[in-house]
Order: sequence, then C-alpha cells, then structure tokens
Amino acid sequence: MLKSLLKKIKQYQFLFEELVKRDFKQKYKRTILGMAWSVFSPLFTLLVMRLVFTQFFGRDTPHYTTYLFCGTLVFSYFRESTHGGMNSLMANASIFSKVNVPKYLFLLSKNISTLINFGLTLLVFFLFCVLDKITFTWKFIMLLYPIACLIGFNIGIGLILSALFVFFRDITYLYDIFLTLLNYMSAIFYQVDRYSPVVQKLFLLNPIYCYIKYFRSIVIDGVIPSFNYHLLCFEYALIAIFIGGLIYKRNNTKFLYYV
Amino acid sequence: MEIIKADDVSIRYITGDFKDIGLKEYIMKRLKGDYHVTEFWADKHISFSLEKGDMLGIIGTNGAGKSTLLKAVSGIMVPTEGHMEIHGSIAALLELASGFDGDLTVRENTYLRGAMLGYTRAFMDEKYDEIIEFAELKDFQDRPFKQLSSGMKSRLAFSIACLVSPDILILDEVLSVGDGAFRKKSGDKMKEILASGVTGILVSHSIEQVRDMCNKILWLDHGNQIAFTDEVQLHCDAYEEFLITRKVPKSREDIEKLAYDNMLRKKEEKLKQTRKEEEKLQKVLESNKENEAVHAAVAILKKNAPELLK
Repeated sequence: MLKSLLKKIKQYQFLFEELVKRDFKQKYKRTILGMAWSVFSPLFTLLVMRLVFTQFFGRDTPHYTTYLFCGTLVFSYFRESTHGGMNSLMANASIFSKVNVPKYLFLLSKNISTLINFGLTLLVFFLFCVLDKITFTWKFIMLLYPIACLIGFNIGIGLILSALFVFFRDITYLYDIFLTLLNYMSAIFYQVDRYSPVVQKLFLLNPIYCYIKYFRSIVIDGVIPSFNYHLLCFEYALIAIFIGGLIYKRNNTKFLYYV
Repeated sequence: MEIIKADDVSIRYITGDFKDIGLKEYIMKRLKGDYHVTEFWADKHISFSLEKGDMLGIIGTNGAGKSTLLKAVSGIMVPTEGHMEIHGSIAALLELASGFDGDLTVRENTYLRGAMLGYTRAFMDEKYDEIIEFAELKDFQDRPFKQLSSGMKSRLAFSIACLVSPDILILDEVLSVGDGAFRKKSGDKMKEILASGVTGILVSHSIEQVRDMCNKILWLDHGNQIAFTDEVQLHCDAYEEFLITRKVPKSREDIEKLAYDNMLRKKEEKLKQTRKEEEKLQKVLESNKENEAVHAAVAILKKNAPELLK
C-alpha cells in the first residue's frame, strides 16, 4: 500500500511540478505585483475590520489586532484554498478527459500556490505580533499543528467542492453565500464569552473556529490546548479528506460524462 | 506477446440532462419529472488483441464507438463489462491540440505534455531539442502557445507524441495535420516508428491511410464489432462499399460480396470516366468550327498519347 503510494508519487512527481508551475504562472501572469497583492488583500481586510470593530469589540479584548489577524489569517487561507480549488477539476477537463492522470493532482497543485500565499501572510502576521508586543515563546512551534490540520481540511473540502462543481455549476454562488455566513459564525471579530456555555460549545462544531481558536490560544494566551482539542482538530481534517477522497474514488470514471 | 487484449469489452455511456446543469435546475427538473438520463451501449462485446509491432486501424462511421473504445484503451474509461489488458506505456493522441495551455510558452507546454504522458524531466530534457526541431518551431520556443497557428499546435502535439517513443501509440485522426510537406514527414516518421516495434492504433476517416499503414482492422458499427481481421485490403474494399450502400454485413459472405461489389463499382466508375471524356470530345468535335475541333483533338492527343504526335 505504502510502497505503491511512493511509486505513484515518483511517477507523477514531474507532472505535479509542471502543474504547480503552470498554476503559479496562470495566477500571477508573470508579474510580481500580483503576488504582493495576494498578501496585501488580507491586510486590507484586517485594516478595515480593525477600524470598524475596535469601537464595538476591541475595548475589552486584549491584543485586539492580533486577535483579529488570527481570524482573518485562517479564514482567508480557507476561503482562497477552497474557492480556488473548486474550479480545479473543471478547468482541467480537457486534460483528464484525454489523458489518464490522477485527478486529485489538479487540486493539490492549486493548493500549493495558496499555501505559499498563506506562508507569506503568516510572516506578515508575525511581524504584526511584534508590533502588538506579543511575547514569542517556544510554544509557537505548536502552530505547525493547526496549520497541518488546516491544510488537510482545505484539501478535503477542496476535493468535495471541485467534484460538486463538476456536477452542479451553480455551486459557486451557493458557496459564496455559505462563506459569508461562515465568516460571521467563526468569531473572527468578536469574542464568544458573552454567549452561554452551551452556545460556546456549539461554536466548536465549526472547524474553522477551532483552528482560529488554537492560533489565539498559542499566540495571545501562550497556552497549548488540551489533548482532546488536538484530536478534534485532526478529526475535522480527516473527515473532510475521507469524504472528498471517497467522492473522487467513486466518480473517478464518471466525471468524464459531465464535462 | 500480447500488448493489448480486449476480451468481450462492452462500454455503457450515459448522456442526458445532467450535463452543464445547476443545482437549482436539477431540483426543478426533478420536481417536474422532466429529468432524463439515457444510457446506451457505445461498444458491445468487442474483442481484439494486438501483438508487438501491430498497427490496428479502427474503421466505422460516426457514432460507431471508436473514440469510446480508445478511451477504454488509454484507461480514461473503464469497460462496464469485459476485460481490457494493457502492457506498456501509452501515448494517446485523442484530439491533438487540447490539453495545452494558451498562456504558457511552447517550451513549457512541451514539458507539461511530456509530464502528462508520463515521462521524467531528464527524459524530456534529452528529447526537447529533437521535438522542437521536428515540429519546425525553433523560432517560437518562448512564444505563448496561443500565438501559434492551429497547424503549428497540431505539429507540436504530433512531434511530442511520436518522439517520446511510447510502447503503444494511439492516433485519433491525427495524421492529417499540418501542410503537405509536414504530412509527408509525419507519415514517414510514423512508418519509421512502427518499424521499430511500437504497437499502434489508428483511427482515420481516410481509408487510404488505413490501407497504407495498418496490418489489422477492427470494423465497428453502432457499437457492434463487424470484424477483427488481418485481411486489410478485403475489408477496406467492403467498407468502402458499405459507406455507399449502408448495408451492414452479417457474415463472411456478405463482406466478400461487398468487396466484390466495390470492385465492380470501381470498374464501372472507371468506365464511366472514360466514356465521359469520349463524349466530351465528341461534343467539341461536333459543335465547333473545324479549326477549333482540330485544336481540341490535338490537345487531347497531347495529353493522352503524346507519342502519336511525333
């Protein structure tokens, strides 16, 4: 099983590299400003939120800028990755309907460029942490854990969405609405303290909120979450990948009929 | 050794309202009971096998199931019933120019296509110059692909597929790319490749090409296998006749009869042709003035039998 996987990786490594290159070039059309823009865009969102919400929520939240940034950082990565990934299968229909290649490669290669974007934004995030007088500790290493889970979760959701998009072309509009809703429900600019304990528990049903909370816990409070919390984060990623993988496996030869 | 073996392969194809549909449309159609999906068998009980060095020509009219069968061979589709065995790497050329990216340069597209066909970077580094040379695109290497003419695009696709030397080469209507000179070059290259022991499958509407290049023939009609045979000339004759009369042969005798009819028809046509020319000459001779008639007669003589004039 593992051996065949390794063989597959080796077999398709070249194709994967070329696809990543192509996606990168398509996205930035050979300009450097394009790339800078993808970093600035979440920064502008942050700035606007900071201006608007500080009056309402910022007074009793310590390190409000960092608090906000944790939310927008995670959420914008999720949005970019899944929204961009949604089209990945359909956009490559002319390839997979002619040549037999693993179809998930298209989504993965698309995710690489969003991941690089996320990395750059993360650096800016740390810069802001310094400005916000956050103390850096060894616990920051633990941020790798929610990031890994988030990558997995994004890929899983991307798989599901890209398959759905092949079946139903108006999914993209529905997903936009869903994203807006999710944005408000992920406690990006407010605190959940004012809700009853039951409602606070309900927030944990939202994977994005979980990942954001993990970030805040490390960066602002300097506390590593409980073992169970780690499990929860992992579970969400696993479930998403499992469902996505299942859809791809089931429909591997059926996608062809829809394009 | 058998390179490709299809054993009683049947492929079901579905088509209908699910294409290009939105969720809203889907639900509305479902509620109204207006949602239709039709299933049909694109290929029914197809069996054939190819050895190393064979060149199979698949013939059949539109909708005979040729492309679907090729998709099953290249692994894009899986047979609904039956079994398909493939030994070796495949370079499939199903609709040549698709799968390229307009914004990437010729060089980048070449590497991308090579990667799709399953080759390594080192291999492509080695072959790249040869490919560009053959496609005659040396001056266009760093141009965006979309700036190329459609002929150039097909030339590149053809060159890549041929020069990467696969075990199995699938050619779907591709030998008619490029201008006359390139067509000749590509035909020669194809023969060279076949001589080197590649197993090939050719789908072409040009029956002359099939006669010229293939040593085996698979004849399909509406998904049914009419014949799989190595009697190429006989079946090509029969197929040509079938294209005119549309009578589907059911047995060996039918095929022989079709081929015979075709021979008769060809003879008759030849006869008609000569008769027509004679009539034309007659007309000219009768209707024109003396001088012109003589000129016309001399012209025809010059064309048909110049030795008489000496």
